[in-house]
Amino acid sequence: MAKQVSMQEAAALVKDGMTVMVGGFLSVGGANELLHAIAETGVKNLTLICNDGGQPALEHGVHEMIHNGQFKEMYATHIGINPEVGQMMNEGTMKVTLVPQGSMAEKIRAGGYGLGGVLTPTGIGTPVGEEAGKKLVEVNGKKFLLEEPLHADIAIIYGTQVDKYGNIRYHGTTRNFNVVMASAADTVVVQADEIVDMIDPDDVVVQGILVDYIVDGGAK
Amino acid sequence: MDKNEIKAFIAKRVAKEFHDGDVVNLGIGLPTMVPSFLPPDVKVILEAENGMVGAGAKPEVPDKCVSDAGGQPSSIAPGGAFIDSATSFGIIRGGHVDATVLGALQVDEKGNLANWIIPGKMVPGMGGAMDLVVGAPNVIVAMEHTQKGAHKILEACTLPLTAQTCVTKIITEMGVMEVTDKGLVVTEINPEFTQEQMQEATGCKLTFAADIKNME
Repeated sequence: MAKQVSMQEAAALVKDGMTVMVGGFLSVGGANELLHAIAETGVKNLTLICNDGGQPALEHGVHEMIHNGQFKEMYATHIGINPEVGQMMNEGTMKVTLVPQGSMAEKIRAGGYGLGGVLTPTGIGTPVGEEAGKKLVEVNGKKFLLEEPLHADIAIIYGTQVDKYGNIRYHGTTRNFNVVMASAADTVVVQADEIVDMIDPDDVVVQGILVDYIVDGGAK
Repeated sequence: MDKNEIKAFIAKRVAKEFHDGDVVNLGIGLPTMVPSFLPPDVKVILEAENGMVGAGAKPEVPDKCVSDAGGQPSSIAPGGAFIDSATSFGIIRGGHVDATVLGALQVDEKGNLANWIIPGKMVPGMGGAMDLVVGAPNVIVAMEHTQKGAHKILEACTLPLTAQTCVTKIITEMGVMEVTDKGLVVTEINPEFTQEQMQEATGCKLTFAADIKNME
């Protein structure tokens, strides 16, 4: 069962060299206070799997850890909003692999749902397709790219409401990558805007059995 | 026309492509201007790839949990739904979004599109663009006809592609072009330009339709 821990205890779960999935879309629906606490620990040599490089206009978010140089490598779909990522990529201080957004979601879902990969038409004939070494597979005369699964040591995700069983409910556009990431990491930590006794089972989006640790984000 | 007038003129023409109830995903910049030009009897359902079908107007009071695909405050329209990223791209890749409108660095006569990277210079990433143009049945490129006079509509794209043979229509301040098996067919031309001027501004052979109309 999911265990409620302090911000510092949760931050200490991220260790040097880990592969870390971070939910959020331009830091909307990100575990931003927890990411700030992780930034403060100074943990390093991490590999990041995140839609983007955060939204530097916001005080807290994954951009703080990027700015600190805590990641040696990153998988992302869009880095234009955080120019620092592009700079680090060009200077060679962080290796960046760009993945189409839909493929990123499916690679993570495959990693979490026990699939050997997914077949998608997205990326064929582009620098992230066959040229990047991905296999072309023909099914019923149609060509697809094989996108292999992504898995992480730890996922740092967000929930609007989290109950003591670890079940998560979302408000607005905050579901984004949080939902698939909850299935695809050895350890899953959720930052909650609000911790409640029990969420109506009809409203649960991420099942508590996938969640290991809950942190109160202090929003309510 | 100045730059803003050109953009508004293009957006106004793109708005005519839509039917009431169409599901549409709009790229950043010029495409976001399209909804303001829709006639009152045409309502489109906006898909925002970050997590909603039925995106609404910019809210007076922002909710930090409701944003558009640029991370800026947004709202949800009546009948809308919030979705996660895998669902969002299932909807997109599965062909459930009728049309996408986006800008281009280059587009060619086969409908190949390049709009996500200039090697060594601009590396913003593809975001959702590669999935959108592969999944949507109608892919409309809305852009200025040239880049300060340099051709953007070519025989073959020279920049890395976003996707192959995906573009169905190109709308610029000079005219409307359909991508066909026989190359680009101009179906409408802005009366401010001659066919010769439009051809001159284009890097591939244009065919002017027999029943060509004025672009309005």
